[in-house]
Amino acid sequence: MTLLHTVNKSPFESNTFDTCLGYAKDGSTVLLIEDGVYAATTGHKVAEKIKNASTVNFAVLGPDLQARGLENKLADGIKVVDYEGFVKLVAEHDSVQSWL
Amino acid sequence: MSVKKFMYVNRKAPYGSVYALESLEVVLIGAAFDQDVSLAFIGDGVYELTKGQNTKAIGQKNFSPTYAALGDYEVNKIYVEKESLEERGLTLDDLQHLVWEDEDEDYAEKDSIRLVSRAELADVMAEQEIILSF
Repeated sequence: MTLLHTVNKSPFESNTFDTCLGYAKDGSTVLLIEDGVYAATTGHKVAEKIKNASTVNFAVLGPDLQARGLENKLADGIKVVDYEGFVKLVAEHDSVQSWL
Repeated sequence: MSVKKFMYVNRKAPYGSVYALESLEVVLIGAAFDQDVSLAFIGDGVYELTKGQNTKAIGQKNFSPTYAALGDYEVNKIYVEKESLEERGLTLDDLQHLVWEDEDEDYAEKDSIRLVSRAELADVMAEQEIILSF
C-alpha cells in the first residue's frame, strides 16, 4: 500500500510538513501544494530534510509554485506536476492523506 | 487631524490565505489619510514581495504589482527582516525592486525597501503609535 501525502502549509509557519515526513514511508509520495510549495525551494533547513528523505518521492504543484514566483528556486529531485499530474498521482497511489 | 505613526505588520504568505491581500487593501485605504506609514515584512510575510509571481494557473488575482504603486501613495518605508529572508534561502534579489520619488530632491528615485535585522525592526516597532497585524 502506498500513500500520497499532500501538504498545504508553509514549513516555516507550521509543523505539518515535519509531521507528514514522519509518516511518509518508503515509496510513498509527498505532494506540496498551496503554501506547502515553500518547502520545495533551496537554501534552507527544510531543503536538507527533503534531501535526506531519499526513499520518499517529492512532487510540487507547478501552478502554486508559479503563483509565488519561486520556479527558479526549485530544489533538485522534486518533480513538478500540473493539475492533471495531481490527478494522476491520486490514481497511482492506493489512498491519499491530506495533511491540513 | 494629527499625524500618527502607523505600522502594518505582514507575516503571512500570499494566496494561501487572504491576509496578505487584505493588508495591502487596508494600507491603500489608509494611505488616503496622510499618516506616517511603515510596512514590516516578517516571517512568511517576506514571500509577499517575491518578484515574478504568476497566478494565471491558480485562478487568483496577482496582487503583487500593487506593491510597486505604494511609493506613489507616499508609503515608502518598507522594512524587510533580514533573518526571515535568510531562513527561507532568499536574498533581496529575489524580491521586487520597490522605489519612490522624492519630490524634495527633484523626484529622485529612491529605494523603498529597508533591509533590517530583527533587533533593528523591534526598535522601529517600539516607536509606533498604531500597529496593525496581518
